[in-house]
Amino acid sequence: MTDTPASTHSLVIEREFPHAPEKIWRALTESNLIQQWLMENDFEPKVGHTFNLRMPPVQGWNGVIDGEVLTVEPQRVLSYTWGSMGLKSVVTFTLTATATGTQLRMEQSGFPSTESASYKGASYGWHAFLSKLDQVVGGLK
Amino acid sequence: MKIFRLTTDNHMVIVSFMPAVADNLFRALADPTRRALFERLARDGEQTVHALTGPSGVSQPAVSKHLVILKRARLVHPRRHGRETHYSARPQALTPLVDWMSLYGAFWRDRFDHLETLLNRMDK
Repeated sequence: MTDTPASTHSLVIEREFPHAPEKIWRALTESNLIQQWLMENDFEPKVGHTFNLRMPPVQGWNGVIDGEVLTVEPQRVLSYTWGSMGLKSVVTFTLTATATGTQLRMEQSGFPSTESASYKGASYGWHAFLSKLDQVVGGLK
Repeated sequence: MKIFRLTTDNHMVIVSFMPAVADNLFRALADPTRRALFERLARDGEQTVHALTGPSGVSQPAVSKHLVILKRARLVHPRRHGRETHYSARPQALTPLVDWMSLYGAFWRDRFDHLETLLNRMDK
């Protein structure tokens, strides 16, 4: 029952950067650069590549996000799965050149909705993770 | 559902839930039988324990026990009618889970700030 497709919510964050798409693409796809703004990782911009994003572990959560690369369209679209603590979502970056730089759109989709009430797995973890939320967020620096 | 947000510098957001409410909610949803019961009520509307027992594959006392736990988490609402209690789903009790999005919203805004810093640094 919990494996049926669910109606879900998406989160969208957009920001314009005064930098060329080429440069933003590098920051999104080169492991050592990803580490500097997102998390430690073994990312490679190859479709099908599986990788981890890691942040400092906290009690009840190992700090690991599992990903698989879904889309690589250089300087245009990058997407990968984002799995953590029973919640699997998809993160998609879309780059659009503007007159003064690049519009970067990040969409994270697959959040369970109130209507569907469908949760992937999650027989553990929600509580552990959420109760340690402040530590997780605080540990992101 | 009470969620406290404390916005600090650099778009950091610290969220904490009222422990008792969150405990009950997550405990209630940790069990697949209870998730199935809740989903059924959410999908098909108000039902009695008797009606719920049929397709659930568990005994009526077990269903009743699960409903008590769902009720404690405020995921279901009981309504007495005659000799039977009718249960309905309260999807609004799921607010803390949906607020996962708020957390990620804060997370990505913060990451974008770091990205901006990195991009500026790459210029040099």
